[in-house]
Amino acid sequence: MIHEKTTPAIELINVSRRFLSPTGKSLTALRDFTMTVERGEFVAVVGPTGCGKSTTLNLVTGLASPSAGEVRVMGAPVTGIDPRIGFVFQSDALFPWRTVIENVMAGPLFRGRAKSDATAAARDWLARVGLSRFEQHYPHQLSGGMRKRVALAQTFINGPEILLMDEPFSALDVQTRVLMHEELLRLWSEAKASVVFVTHDLEEAIALADKVYVLTAGPATVKSIYTIDLPRPRVVADIRYEQSFIDYSRTIWADLKEEVETSYARAAA
Amino acid sequence: MTDAAMDISAGAFRPGTSDAEIEAAAAKAVTHRRRTVMFWRIAILVAFLALWEIAARLAWIDPFFYAMPSAIAVRLYEWTTEGTSEGPLWYHLYVTMEESVIGFVTGSVAGIIIGVALGRNRMAADIFSIYIKVINSIPRVVLAPIFIMILGLGLASKVALAFVMVFFVVFHNAFQGVREADRAMIANARILGASNWQLTRSVIVPSAMSWIFASLHVSFGFAIIGAIVGEFVGSRYGIGLLINIAKGSFDAAGMYAAIVIVMVVALGAEYLMTMVEDRLAKWRPQPLHETQ
Repeated sequence: MIHEKTTPAIELINVSRRFLSPTGKSLTALRDFTMTVERGEFVAVVGPTGCGKSTTLNLVTGLASPSAGEVRVMGAPVTGIDPRIGFVFQSDALFPWRTVIENVMAGPLFRGRAKSDATAAARDWLARVGLSRFEQHYPHQLSGGMRKRVALAQTFINGPEILLMDEPFSALDVQTRVLMHEELLRLWSEAKASVVFVTHDLEEAIALADKVYVLTAGPATVKSIYTIDLPRPRVVADIRYEQSFIDYSRTIWADLKEEVETSYARAAA
Repeated sequence: MTDAAMDISAGAFRPGTSDAEIEAAAAKAVTHRRRTVMFWRIAILVAFLALWEIAARLAWIDPFFYAMPSAIAVRLYEWTTEGTSEGPLWYHLYVTMEESVIGFVTGSVAGIIIGVALGRNRMAADIFSIYIKVINSIPRVVLAPIFIMILGLGLASKVALAFVMVFFVVFHNAFQGVREADRAMIANARILGASNWQLTRSVIVPSAMSWIFASLHVSFGFAIIGAIVGEFVGSRYGIGLLINIAKGSFDAAGMYAAIVIVMVVALGAEYLMTMVEDRLAKWRPQPLHETQ
Protein backbone atom coordinates (compact mmCIF):
# COMPACT_ATOMS: atom_id res chain seq x y z
CA MET A 1 0.00 0.00 0.00
CA ILE A 2 2.76 2.42 -0.81
CA HIS A 3 0.64 4.79 -2.84
CA GLU A 4 -1.83 5.20 0.07
CA LYS A 5 0.86 6.96 2.04
CA THR A 6 1.29 9.47 -0.69
CA THR A 7 -2.35 10.32 -1.36
CA PRO A 8 -3.41 13.67 0.11
CA ALA A 9 -5.37 13.68 3.35
CA ILE A 10 -8.24 15.65 1.88
CA GLU A 11 -9.22 16.38 -1.69
CA LEU A 12 -12.19 18.46 -2.77
CA ILE A 13 -12.47 18.27 -6.55
CA ASN A 14 -14.76 20.73 -8.36
CA VAL A 15 -17.25 20.54 -5.52
CA SER A 16 -20.53 22.43 -5.54
CA ARG A 17 -23.07 22.54 -2.78
CA ARG A 18 -26.59 23.89 -3.14
CA PHE A 19 -29.22 24.40 -0.47
CA LEU A 20 -32.95 24.54 -0.96
CA SER A 21 -34.41 27.51 0.89
CA PRO A 22 -37.84 27.12 2.57
CA THR A 23 -39.40 29.02 -0.35
CA GLY A 24 -38.06 26.42 -2.75
CA LYS A 25 -35.29 28.54 -4.27
CA SER A 26 -31.87 26.98 -4.52
CA LEU A 27 -28.90 28.76 -2.98
CA THR A 28 -25.36 27.97 -3.99
CA ALA A 29 -22.92 27.94 -1.10
CA LEU A 30 -19.93 26.45 -2.91
CA ARG A 31 -19.09 26.55 -6.59
CA ASP A 32 -16.32 24.63 -8.39
CA PHE A 33 -14.38 24.40 -5.18
CA THR A 34 -11.04 22.60 -5.36
CA MET A 35 -8.71 22.13 -2.43
CA THR A 36 -5.99 19.66 -1.50
CA VAL A 37 -4.63 19.13 1.99
CA GLU A 38 -1.45 17.05 2.24
CA ARG A 39 -0.84 14.75 5.18
CA GLY A 40 0.39 16.66 8.22
CA GLU A 41 -0.32 19.97 6.54
CA PHE A 42 -1.96 22.90 8.32
CA VAL A 43 -4.33 24.72 5.99
CA ALA A 44 -6.26 27.84 6.94
CA VAL A 45 -9.34 28.97 5.02
CA VAL A 46 -10.27 32.64 5.16
CA GLY A 47 -13.11 34.44 3.47
CA PRO A 48 -15.86 36.97 4.05
CA THR A 49 -18.52 36.18 6.65
CA GLY A 50 -21.17 33.79 5.45
CA CYS A 51 -19.42 32.84 2.23
CA GLY A 52 -19.63 29.09 2.79
CA LYS A 53 -16.40 28.37 4.66
CA SER A 54 -18.10 26.08 7.16
CA THR A 55 -19.78 24.16 4.35
CA THR A 56 -16.42 22.89 3.15
CA LEU A 57 -15.82 21.31 6.55
CA ASN A 58 -19.23 19.66 6.69
CA LEU A 59 -18.52 18.06 3.33
CA VAL A 60 -15.33 16.51 4.66
CA THR A 61 -17.00 15.13 7.79
CA GLY A 62 -19.73 13.46 5.80
CA LEU A 63 -22.44 15.35 7.69
CA ALA A 64 -23.28 16.92 4.32
CA SER A 65 -22.76 15.60 0.81
CA PRO A 66 -21.80 17.58 -2.28
CA SER A 67 -24.38 18.47 -4.94
CA ALA A 68 -21.68 17.94 -7.55
CA GLY A 69 -18.00 17.05 -7.59
CA GLU A 70 -16.05 14.71 -5.40
CA VAL A 71 -14.77 14.73 -1.82
CA ARG A 72 -11.99 12.28 -0.96
CA VAL A 73 -10.48 11.57 2.43
CA MET A 74 -7.20 9.61 2.53
CA GLY A 75 -7.71 8.76 -1.10
CA ALA A 76 -11.18 7.25 -0.69
CA PRO A 77 -14.53 8.92 -1.37
CA VAL A 78 -16.47 10.07 1.70
CA THR A 79 -19.40 7.78 2.42
CA GLY A 80 -20.31 8.59 6.01
CA ILE A 81 -18.79 9.95 9.18
CA ASP A 82 -15.13 9.00 9.10
CA PRO A 83 -13.71 7.90 12.47
CA ARG A 84 -10.32 9.37 11.55
CA ILE A 85 -11.77 12.88 11.60
CA GLY A 86 -11.96 15.22 14.57
CA PHE A 87 -13.95 18.44 14.64
CA VAL A 88 -13.70 21.49 16.89
CA PHE A 89 -16.78 23.68 16.78
CA GLN A 90 -17.18 27.42 16.93
CA SER A 91 -19.94 27.23 19.50
CA ASP A 92 -19.77 25.39 22.77
CA ALA A 93 -20.46 21.80 21.79
CA LEU A 94 -19.56 20.22 25.12
CA PHE A 95 -22.26 18.24 26.90
CA PRO A 96 -23.22 20.50 29.82
CA TRP A 97 -24.63 17.69 31.98
CA ARG A 98 -21.36 15.79 31.96
CA THR A 99 -18.33 16.63 34.03
CA VAL A 100 -15.12 17.64 32.29
CA ILE A 101 -13.66 14.14 32.40
CA GLU A 102 -16.92 12.57 31.22
CA ASN A 103 -16.89 14.96 28.29
CA VAL A 104 -13.39 13.95 27.31
CA MET A 105 -14.25 10.26 27.73
CA ALA A 106 -17.29 10.54 25.44
CA GLY A 107 -15.45 9.72 22.21
CA PRO A 108 -13.69 6.53 23.37
CA LEU A 109 -16.88 5.33 25.09
CA PHE A 110 -18.98 5.95 21.97
CA ARG A 111 -16.38 3.95 20.07
CA GLY A 112 -16.76 1.03 22.45
CA ARG A 113 -13.56 1.27 24.49
CA ALA A 114 -13.63 -0.07 28.06
CA LYS A 115 -14.48 2.47 30.72
CA SER A 116 -11.25 2.09 32.71
CA ASP A 117 -9.32 2.49 29.49
CA ALA A 118 -11.24 5.63 28.54
CA THR A 119 -10.80 7.12 32.00
CA ALA A 120 -7.06 6.65 31.87
CA ALA A 121 -6.83 8.19 28.41
CA ALA A 122 -9.04 11.11 29.46
CA ARG A 123 -6.86 11.78 32.53
CA ASP A 124 -3.83 11.81 30.29
CA TRP A 125 -5.39 14.30 27.88
CA LEU A 126 -6.65 16.55 30.64
CA ALA A 127 -3.10 16.66 31.99
CA ARG A 128 -1.83 17.62 28.54
CA VAL A 129 -4.21 20.58 28.29
CA GLY A 130 -3.50 21.51 31.92
CA LEU A 131 -6.95 20.82 33.35
CA SER A 132 -6.25 17.92 35.72
CA ARG A 133 -7.58 19.91 38.65
CA PHE A 134 -10.94 20.41 36.95
CA GLU A 135 -11.87 16.78 36.21
CA GLN A 136 -15.05 16.87 38.25
CA HIS A 137 -16.20 20.35 37.24
CA TYR A 138 -19.12 20.97 34.94
CA PRO A 139 -18.56 23.02 31.79
CA HIS A 140 -20.54 26.02 33.08
CA GLN A 141 -18.07 26.31 35.94
CA LEU A 142 -15.16 26.87 33.54
CA SER A 143 -14.04 29.93 31.61
CA GLY A 144 -14.42 30.09 27.83
CA GLY A 145 -10.74 29.28 27.28
CA MET A 146 -10.88 26.29 29.60
CA ARG A 147 -13.98 24.98 27.85
CA LYS A 148 -12.13 25.23 24.55
CA ARG A 149 -9.27 23.22 26.02
CA VAL A 150 -11.74 20.56 27.11
CA ALA A 151 -13.09 20.56 23.56
CA LEU A 152 -9.53 20.10 22.22
CA ALA A 153 -8.89 17.19 24.61
CA GLN A 154 -12.25 15.69 23.65
CA THR A 155 -11.24 15.79 19.99
CA PHE A 156 -7.60 14.79 20.30
CA ILE A 157 -8.32 11.78 22.54
CA ASN A 158 -9.74 9.99 19.48
CA GLY A 159 -6.38 10.37 17.76
CA PRO A 160 -7.74 12.07 14.64
CA GLU A 161 -5.63 11.99 11.50
CA ILE A 162 -7.62 14.90 10.16
CA LEU A 163 -8.59 17.84 12.31
CA LEU A 164 -11.30 20.22 11.16
CA MET A 165 -11.74 23.48 13.02
CA ASP A 166 -14.59 25.87 12.41
CA GLU A 167 -13.63 29.28 13.80
CA PRO A 168 -12.86 27.52 17.06
CA PHE A 169 -11.44 30.48 18.95
CA SER A 170 -13.59 33.30 17.61
CA ALA A 171 -15.58 33.59 20.85
CA LEU A 172 -12.48 34.00 23.02
CA ASP A 173 -10.83 37.21 24.11
CA VAL A 174 -7.58 38.18 22.39
CA GLN A 175 -5.16 37.11 25.15
CA THR A 176 -6.82 33.74 25.62
CA ARG A 177 -6.87 33.25 21.89
CA VAL A 178 -3.10 33.61 21.62
CA LEU A 179 -2.65 31.05 24.40
CA MET A 180 -4.99 28.69 22.57
CA HIS A 181 -2.98 29.13 19.37
CA GLU A 182 0.17 28.02 21.18
CA GLU A 183 -1.71 25.12 22.71
CA LEU A 184 -3.08 24.05 19.35
CA LEU A 185 0.30 24.21 17.58
CA ARG A 186 1.87 22.13 20.35
CA LEU A 187 -0.85 19.46 20.20
CA TRP A 188 -0.75 19.47 16.41
CA SER A 189 3.02 19.01 16.23
CA GLU A 190 2.71 16.00 18.55
CA ALA A 191 -0.31 14.48 16.81
CA LYS A 192 0.92 15.07 13.22
CA ALA A 193 -2.64 15.51 11.99
CA SER A 194 -3.72 17.30 8.85
CA VAL A 195 -5.64 20.42 9.77
CA VAL A 196 -8.23 22.56 8.03
CA PHE A 197 -8.76 25.69 10.07
CA VAL A 198 -11.61 27.95 9.03
CA THR A 199 -11.45 31.51 10.30
CA HIS A 200 -12.30 35.08 9.41
CA ASP A 201 -9.23 36.31 11.27
CA LEU A 202 -6.42 36.68 8.73
CA GLU A 203 -3.62 37.09 11.29
CA GLU A 204 -4.72 33.92 13.03
CA ALA A 205 -4.60 32.12 9.68
CA ILE A 206 -1.09 33.32 8.85
CA ALA A 207 0.27 32.66 12.33
CA LEU A 208 -0.91 29.06 12.35
CA ALA A 209 -0.98 27.72 8.82
CA ASP A 210 1.32 26.35 6.14
CA LYS A 211 -1.10 27.42 3.46
CA VAL A 212 -3.84 30.02 3.40
CA TYR A 213 -6.81 29.66 1.07
CA VAL A 214 -8.65 32.88 0.30
CA LEU A 215 -12.27 32.34 -0.72
CA THR A 216 -14.48 34.63 -2.77
CA ALA A 217 -17.72 36.16 -1.52
CA GLY A 218 -20.49 33.55 -1.74
CA PRO A 219 -20.97 31.32 -3.64
CA ALA A 220 -17.50 30.48 -2.42
CA THR A 221 -14.75 29.32 -4.69
CA VAL A 222 -11.00 29.45 -4.21
CA LYS A 223 -9.65 32.88 -5.09
CA SER A 224 -6.00 32.36 -4.31
CA ILE A 225 -3.65 30.19 -2.31
CA TYR A 226 -0.71 31.51 -0.31
CA THR A 227 2.09 29.37 1.06
CA ILE A 228 3.23 30.73 4.41
CA ASP A 229 6.94 30.15 4.66
CA LEU A 230 7.52 31.05 8.29
CA PRO A 231 9.81 28.77 10.29
CA ARG A 232 8.39 26.35 12.86
CA PRO A 233 8.08 26.03 15.78
CA ARG A 234 6.36 29.39 15.83
CA VAL A 235 5.72 31.58 18.83
CA VAL A 236 2.34 33.02 17.99
CA ALA A 237 2.57 35.90 20.44
CA ASP A 238 5.76 37.23 18.81
CA ILE A 239 5.47 36.20 15.20
CA ARG A 240 3.03 38.96 14.33
CA TYR A 241 5.78 41.58 14.77
CA GLU A 242 8.13 39.99 12.24
CA GLN A 243 8.56 41.72 8.92
CA SER A 244 7.75 38.65 6.82
CA PHE A 245 4.50 38.17 8.77
CA ILE A 246 3.53 41.77 8.12
CA ASP A 247 4.30 41.35 4.42
CA TYR A 248 2.09 38.27 4.19
CA SER A 249 -0.61 40.09 6.08
CA ARG A 250 -0.54 43.05 3.72
CA THR A 251 -0.52 40.99 0.53
CA ILE A 252 -3.30 38.61 1.55
CA TRP A 253 -5.43 41.36 3.05
CA ALA A 254 -5.31 43.30 -0.22
CA ASP A 255 -6.69 40.17 -1.85
CA LEU A 256 -9.29 39.42 0.82
CA LYS A 257 -10.45 43.01 1.10
CA GLU A 258 -12.08 42.99 -2.33
CA GLU A 259 -14.18 39.99 -1.38
CA VAL A 260 -15.13 41.44 1.98
CA GLU A 261 -16.23 44.62 0.25
CA THR A 262 -18.24 42.70 -2.33
CA SER A 263 -19.91 40.72 0.41
CA TYR A 264 -20.62 43.87 2.40
CA ALA A 265 -22.02 45.73 -0.56
CA ARG A 266 -24.30 42.78 -1.32
CA ALA A 267 -25.58 42.62 2.24
CA ALA A 268 -26.25 46.36 2.22
CA ALA A 269 -28.09 46.28 -1.11
CA MET B 1 -29.30 37.61 46.23
CA THR B 2 -28.57 40.29 43.67
CA ASP B 3 -31.01 42.67 45.33
CA ALA B 4 -29.26 42.20 48.63
CA ALA B 5 -25.88 42.80 47.02
CA MET B 6 -27.14 46.05 45.61
CA ASP B 7 -28.38 47.13 49.02
CA ILE B 8 -24.89 46.77 50.41
CA SER B 9 -23.19 48.88 47.78
CA ALA B 10 -25.89 51.50 48.25
CA GLY B 11 -25.10 51.86 51.93
CA ALA B 12 -21.80 53.68 51.75
CA PHE B 13 -18.90 52.21 53.65
CA ARG B 14 -16.27 54.39 55.18
CA PRO B 15 -12.91 54.06 53.43
CA GLY B 16 -10.83 51.39 55.11
CA THR B 17 -13.74 49.06 55.88
CA SER B 18 -12.37 45.52 55.83
CA ASP B 19 -13.68 42.79 53.53
CA ALA B 20 -14.81 40.79 56.56
CA GLU B 21 -16.98 43.67 57.73
CA ILE B 22 -18.52 44.08 54.28
CA GLU B 23 -19.20 40.37 54.07
CA ALA B 24 -20.76 40.31 57.52
CA ALA B 25 -23.00 43.21 56.57
CA ALA B 26 -23.97 41.40 53.35
CA ALA B 27 -24.79 38.18 55.22
CA LYS B 28 -26.89 40.16 57.66
CA ALA B 29 -28.78 41.84 54.84
CA VAL B 30 -29.48 38.46 53.23
CA THR B 31 -30.94 36.97 56.43
CA HIS B 32 -32.89 40.14 57.03
CA ARG B 33 -34.40 39.94 53.58
CA ARG B 34 -35.27 36.27 53.99
CA ARG B 35 -37.02 37.01 57.29
CA THR B 36 -38.96 39.89 55.80
CA VAL B 37 -40.22 37.65 53.00
CA MET B 38 -41.21 34.93 55.47
CA PHE B 39 -42.93 37.44 57.75
CA TRP B 40 -45.09 38.84 54.99
CA ARG B 41 -45.97 35.41 53.68
CA ILE B 42 -47.30 34.34 57.06
CA ALA B 43 -48.90 37.71 57.78
CA ILE B 44 -50.91 37.61 54.55
CA LEU B 45 -52.14 34.07 55.24
CA VAL B 46 -53.17 34.93 58.79
CA ALA B 47 -54.90 38.12 57.66
CA PHE B 48 -56.77 36.25 54.95
CA LEU B 49 -57.99 33.52 57.30
CA ALA B 50 -58.90 36.04 60.00
CA LEU B 51 -60.87 38.17 57.58
CA TRP B 52 -62.71 35.09 56.33
CA GLU B 53 -63.53 33.99 59.86
CA ILE B 54 -64.73 37.44 60.93
CA ALA B 55 -66.73 37.98 57.76
CA ALA B 56 -68.50 34.65 58.25
CA ARG B 57 -69.16 35.19 61.95
CA LEU B 58 -70.53 38.70 61.43
CA ALA B 59 -72.62 37.31 58.54
CA TRP B 60 -71.06 39.58 55.91
CA ILE B 61 -70.86 36.41 53.85
CA ASP B 62 -73.22 33.48 54.31
CA PRO B 63 -71.38 30.81 56.32
CA PHE B 64 -73.75 28.24 54.84
CA PHE B 65 -72.00 28.63 51.46
CA TYR B 66 -68.59 29.94 52.44
CA ALA B 67 -68.06 28.02 55.69
CA MET B 68 -65.34 29.49 57.91
CA PRO B 69 -61.76 28.50 58.70
CA SER B 70 -62.61 27.27 62.20
CA ALA B 71 -65.39 25.03 60.86
CA ILE B 72 -63.05 23.66 58.20
CA ALA B 73 -60.42 22.98 60.84
CA VAL B 74 -63.00 21.18 62.96
CA ARG B 75 -64.10 19.11 59.96
CA LEU B 76 -60.49 18.19 59.18
CA TYR B 77 -60.00 17.20 62.81
CA GLU B 78 -63.12 15.02 62.77
CA TRP B 79 -62.10 13.37 59.53
CA THR B 80 -58.61 12.58 60.73
CA THR B 81 -59.64 11.33 64.17
CA GLU B 82 -63.07 9.75 63.64
CA GLY B 83 -63.05 9.18 59.89
CA THR B 84 -65.61 10.41 57.38
CA SER B 85 -69.15 9.17 56.91
CA GLU B 86 -67.77 6.93 54.15
CA GLY B 87 -65.02 5.35 56.22
CA PRO B 88 -61.54 6.45 57.27
CA LEU B 89 -60.11 9.53 55.58
CA TRP B 90 -56.75 7.87 55.05
CA TYR B 91 -58.26 5.18 52.88
CA HIS B 92 -59.89 7.78 50.62
CA LEU B 93 -56.65 9.69 50.42
CA TYR B 94 -54.79 6.47 49.68
CA VAL B 95 -57.16 5.60 46.83
CA THR B 96 -56.85 9.04 45.25
CA MET B 97 -53.07 8.98 45.57
CA GLU B 98 -52.85 5.49 44.12
CA GLU B 99 -54.86 6.57 41.06
CA SER B 100 -52.86 9.77 40.66
CA VAL B 101 -49.46 8.18 41.05
CA ILE B 102 -50.15 5.28 38.67
CA GLY B 103 -51.65 7.71 36.13
CA PHE B 104 -48.74 10.09 36.56
CA VAL B 105 -46.02 7.45 36.20
CA THR B 106 -47.57 5.65 33.22
CA GLY B 107 -48.59 8.91 31.58
CA SER B 108 -45.19 10.52 31.89
CA VAL B 109 -43.25 7.42 30.86
CA ALA B 110 -45.44 7.02 27.78
CA GLY B 111 -45.22 10.75 27.09
CA ILE B 112 -41.42 10.73 27.26
CA ILE B 113 -40.98 7.61 25.13
CA ILE B 114 -43.41 8.67 22.41
CA GLY B 115 -42.27 12.29 22.56
CA VAL B 116 -38.62 11.34 22.09
CA ALA B 117 -39.44 8.77 19.40
CA LEU B 118 -41.47 11.24 17.35
CA GLY B 119 -38.99 14.03 18.02
CA ARG B 120 -36.24 11.87 16.53
CA ASN B 121 -38.25 10.73 13.53
CA ARG B 122 -39.34 13.58 11.29
CA MET B 123 -41.51 11.47 9.02
CA ALA B 124 -43.47 9.85 11.86
CA ALA B 125 -43.83 13.25 13.52
CA ASP B 126 -45.32 14.76 10.37
CA ILE B 127 -47.75 11.88 9.99
CA PHE B 128 -48.93 11.64 13.60
CA SER B 129 -48.87 15.33 14.54
CA ILE B 130 -52.34 15.89 13.08
CA TYR B 131 -53.86 13.12 15.18
CA ILE B 132 -52.17 14.33 18.30
CA LYS B 133 -53.51 17.82 17.65
CA VAL B 134 -57.02 16.45 17.17
CA ILE B 135 -56.96 14.35 20.33
CA ASN B 136 -55.29 17.14 22.26
CA SER B 137 -58.15 19.49 21.40
CA ILE B 138 -60.60 17.34 23.41
CA PRO B 139 -61.11 18.81 26.87
CA ARG B 140 -59.85 15.90 28.96
CA VAL B 141 -62.56 15.94 31.62
CA VAL B 142 -65.30 15.08 29.14
CA LEU B 143 -63.62 11.69 28.83
CA ALA B 144 -64.43 10.93 32.47
CA PRO B 145 -67.95 9.57 31.89
CA ILE B 146 -66.73 7.54 28.92
CA PHE B 147 -63.88 5.94 30.87
CA ILE B 148 -66.22 5.19 33.77
CA MET B 149 -68.72 3.62 31.41
CA ILE B 150 -66.04 1.47 29.80
CA LEU B 151 -63.74 0.72 32.75
CA GLY B 152 -66.18 0.79 35.64
CA LEU B 153 -66.25 2.59 38.97
CA GLY B 154 -62.91 1.25 40.21
CA LEU B 155 -59.27 2.17 39.85
CA ALA B 156 -58.88 1.72 36.09
CA SER B 157 -61.16 4.55 34.96
CA LYS B 158 -59.44 7.09 37.24
CA VAL B 159 -55.99 5.96 36.19
CA ALA B 160 -57.01 6.29 32.54
CA LEU B 161 -58.19 9.83 33.11
CA ALA B 162 -55.06 10.80 35.05
CA PHE B 163 -53.02 9.19 32.25
CA VAL B 164 -54.53 11.29 29.47
CA MET B 165 -54.22 14.42 31.59
CA VAL B 166 -50.51 13.80 32.05
CA PHE B 167 -49.57 12.22 28.76
CA PHE B 168 -50.09 15.17 26.42
CA VAL B 169 -48.30 17.69 28.60
CA VAL B 170 -45.24 15.47 28.98
CA PHE B 171 -45.35 14.35 25.37
CA HIS B 172 -45.38 17.94 24.14
CA ASN B 173 -42.43 18.99 26.23
CA ALA B 174 -40.39 15.87 25.45
CA PHE B 175 -41.03 16.37 21.75
CA GLN B 176 -40.13 20.05 21.88
CA GLY B 177 -37.09 19.34 24.03
CA VAL B 178 -35.78 16.86 21.47
CA ARG B 179 -36.36 19.34 18.67
CA GLU B 180 -34.51 22.07 20.54
CA ALA B 181 -31.44 19.94 21.21
CA ASP B 182 -28.39 21.90 20.14
CA ARG B 183 -27.32 21.00 16.61
CA ALA B 184 -23.63 21.59 17.20
CA MET B 185 -23.82 19.26 20.18
CA ILE B 186 -25.47 16.57 18.07
CA ALA B 187 -22.89 16.98 15.30
CA ASN B 188 -20.14 16.82 17.90
CA ALA B 189 -21.47 13.55 19.34
CA ARG B 190 -21.79 12.00 15.89
CA ILE B 191 -18.26 12.93 14.91
CA LEU B 192 -16.97 11.66 18.25
CA GLY B 193 -18.44 8.32 17.17
CA ALA B 194 -21.94 8.07 18.68
CA SER B 195 -24.35 5.65 17.06
CA ASN B 196 -27.98 6.67 16.67
CA TRP B 197 -28.98 4.95 19.89
CA GLN B 198 -26.02 6.41 21.80
CA LEU B 199 -26.95 9.82 20.43
CA THR B 200 -30.54 9.50 21.66
CA ARG B 201 -29.58 8.14 25.05
CA SER B 202 -26.63 10.28 25.97
CA VAL B 203 -27.25 13.53 24.12
CA ILE B 204 -30.87 13.98 23.05
CA VAL B 205 -32.63 12.75 26.18
CA PRO B 206 -30.38 14.58 28.67
CA SER B 207 -30.71 17.81 26.75
CA ALA B 208 -34.50 17.43 26.63
CA MET B 209 -34.54 16.72 30.36
CA SER B 210 -35.07 20.30 31.52
CA TRP B 211 -38.06 20.56 29.18
CA ILE B 212 -39.40 17.26 30.45
CA PHE B 213 -38.97 18.26 34.07
CA ALA B 214 -40.80 21.50 33.51
CA SER B 215 -43.79 19.43 32.39
CA LEU B 216 -43.49 16.91 35.23
CA HIS B 217 -43.91 19.74 37.73
CA VAL B 218 -47.34 20.68 36.48
CA SER B 219 -48.43 17.23 35.44
CA PHE B 220 -48.60 15.69 38.90
CA GLY B 221 -51.20 18.33 39.64
CA PHE B 222 -52.97 17.27 36.46
CA ALA B 223 -52.89 13.64 37.54
CA ILE B 224 -54.63 14.61 40.79
CA ILE B 225 -57.23 16.58 38.81
CA GLY B 226 -57.82 13.52 36.62
CA ALA B 227 -58.26 11.23 39.61
CA ILE B 228 -60.57 13.60 41.47
CA VAL B 229 -62.74 14.43 38.48
CA GLY B 230 -63.05 10.70 37.82
CA GLU B 231 -64.08 10.09 41.39
CA PHE B 232 -66.45 12.96 41.19
CA VAL B 233 -68.27 11.47 38.25
CA GLY B 234 -68.54 8.01 39.72
CA SER B 235 -66.65 6.08 42.36
CA ARG B 236 -66.90 4.31 45.68
CA TYR B 237 -63.85 5.83 47.35
CA GLY B 238 -61.55 8.82 47.08
CA ILE B 239 -61.29 12.52 47.88
CA GLY B 240 -63.44 13.32 44.87
CA LEU B 241 -66.19 11.18 46.36
CA LEU B 242 -65.91 13.07 49.66
CA ILE B 243 -66.34 16.35 47.83
CA ASN B 244 -69.32 14.96 45.97
CA ILE B 245 -70.98 13.75 49.17
CA ALA B 246 -70.27 17.04 50.95
CA LYS B 247 -71.87 18.82 48.02
CA GLY B 248 -74.91 16.53 48.20
CA SER B 249 -75.45 17.32 51.87
CA PHE B 250 -74.68 21.05 51.52
CA ASP B 251 -71.65 20.61 53.78
CA ALA B 252 -69.51 23.57 52.73
CA ALA B 253 -66.90 22.94 55.40
CA GLY B 254 -66.47 19.39 54.10
CA MET B 255 -65.82 20.59 50.55
CA TYR B 256 -63.23 23.11 51.67
CA ALA B 257 -61.63 20.53 53.94
CA ALA B 258 -61.21 18.18 50.98
CA ILE B 259 -59.65 21.01 48.98
CA VAL B 260 -57.18 21.69 51.79
CA ILE B 261 -56.15 18.02 51.79
CA VAL B 262 -55.56 18.01 48.03
CA MET B 263 -53.62 21.25 48.30
CA VAL B 264 -51.29 19.85 50.93
CA VAL B 265 -50.67 16.67 48.92
CA ALA B 266 -50.02 18.58 45.68
CA LEU B 267 -47.57 20.94 47.42
CA GLY B 268 -45.77 17.96 48.96
CA ALA B 269 -45.45 16.31 45.55
CA GLU B 270 -44.16 19.53 44.01
CA TYR B 271 -41.55 19.81 46.75
CA LEU B 272 -40.44 16.22 46.18
CA MET B 273 -40.20 16.83 42.44
CA THR B 274 -38.04 19.92 42.93
CA MET B 275 -35.71 17.90 45.14
CA VAL B 276 -35.32 15.17 42.53
CA GLU B 277 -34.78 17.74 39.80
CA ASP B 278 -32.15 19.62 41.77
CA ARG B 279 -30.28 16.39 42.28
CA LEU B 280 -30.45 15.43 38.61
CA ALA B 281 -29.65 18.90 37.34
CA LYS B 282 -26.61 19.69 39.43
CA TRP B 283 -24.76 20.40 36.21
CA ARG B 284 -26.87 23.46 35.56
CA PRO B 285 -25.50 26.94 36.16
CA GLN B 286 -26.52 28.38 39.52
CA PRO B 287 -28.76 31.25 38.35
CA LEU B 288 -31.30 28.71 37.14
CA HIS B 289 -31.64 27.43 40.69
CA GLU B 290 -32.27 30.89 42.00
CA THR B 291 -35.32 31.44 39.85
CA GLN B 292 -37.12 28.63 41.58
